Amino acid sequence: MIPVIGLAIGIVAGLVLKPTVPTDLQPYLPIAIVAALDAVIGALRALGERRFNDRVFVVSFISNVVIAAFMVYLGDQLGVGSQLSTGVVVVLGIRIFANAAAIRRRIFHA
Amino acid sequence: MPERSWRSLFRPSVPLVVAAILLGGLALAMIAQINAKDTDDYSGVRGDDLVELLKSLDATNERLSTQIDELTTTRNGLLDSTKRTEKAEKQAKLRAEQLAILAGTVGAKGPGVEVVIDDPDKNIDAAGLLDAVEKLRDSGAEAIAINGVARVVAQTYFLDDDDQIRVGGREIKRPYRIEAIGDSSVLAGAVRFPGGVMDGISILGGTASVTEQKKVTITALADVKAPEFARPSS
Repeated sequence: MIPVIGLAIGIVAGLVLKPTVPTDLQPYLPIAIVAALDAVIGALRALGERRFNDRVFVVSFISNVVIAAFMVYLGDQLGVGSQLSTGVVVVLGIRIFANAAAIRRRIFHA
Repeated sequence: MPERSWRSLFRPSVPLVVAAILLGGLALAMIAQINAKDTDDYSGVRGDDLVELLKSLDATNERLSTQIDELTTTRNGLLDSTKRTEKAEKQAKLRAEQLAILAGTVGAKGPGVEVVIDDPDKNIDAAGLLDAVEKLRDSGAEAIAINGVARVVAQTYFLDDDDQIRVGGREIKRPYRIEAIGDSSVLAGAVRFPGGVMDGISILGGTASVTEQKKVTITALADVKAPEFARPSS
């Protein structure tokens, strides 16, 4: 329940404050968001399978975000930024789909 | 065990609070990113991407220029054809008007003459009247009507019917009044000159008089019959 409250507060804060993305973070934020979404979907799946662990969630969330942002940064330094970010997004997208499919199977048995 | 993990969601623990903060941050970041997407700001775009963007813009620009050229050509062609169509339409309209006057399907007005033929002794027959009309036509009458009821066109016939004369099926009474549109002085000359209408009528035993008029209005229409056998050959 507390994470849901946190989510609600975040949405309200976003709508009220209308934050702008710092220029330095602009290339990394989209990837970081996708990585975080992957962690959140994974957590939802774990929740449904009754093996949710808050510690694991926090660690996976942070590591996902950091690694994704770092990969994009590294790609930028190596001159393959756009390709690498595409790759990261693809991999994360596959994971999100897989987790979503698991959740779907559990809820609808289909 | 499952019971406990559900209950743990409602009991504040440090990792859970951290998770809540993380989720809040995620929501905040997403909204910020969505807002940033709305602004046309390229400051955060990578150099490579900018080059790609520029290239694609160039390509689009080129494609659109070609398209503009093509469309301009098409438009000019259409304008031309519209102009041509307008011209053709104007000409066709003019031609239709001319033909309508010739065929007697519309009224006509213009300068002309009025010839009054008095025939107290009923000596003038259809041939005599036709002769007078022919003389007027020969001298350039473009529209002719008799007594204001009978329009004289190509198909009009003149017929003796007892004491009366029928013109195109219409009975006309004495005195005959021929209205003709054309060059009024030429028409009047055709009536007056020796061997003209006046002479012809007086030989038959009637009298004719002519008045030149600035404006003659003919409202009588000829009965138009659609051709039964003849068809346009072109």
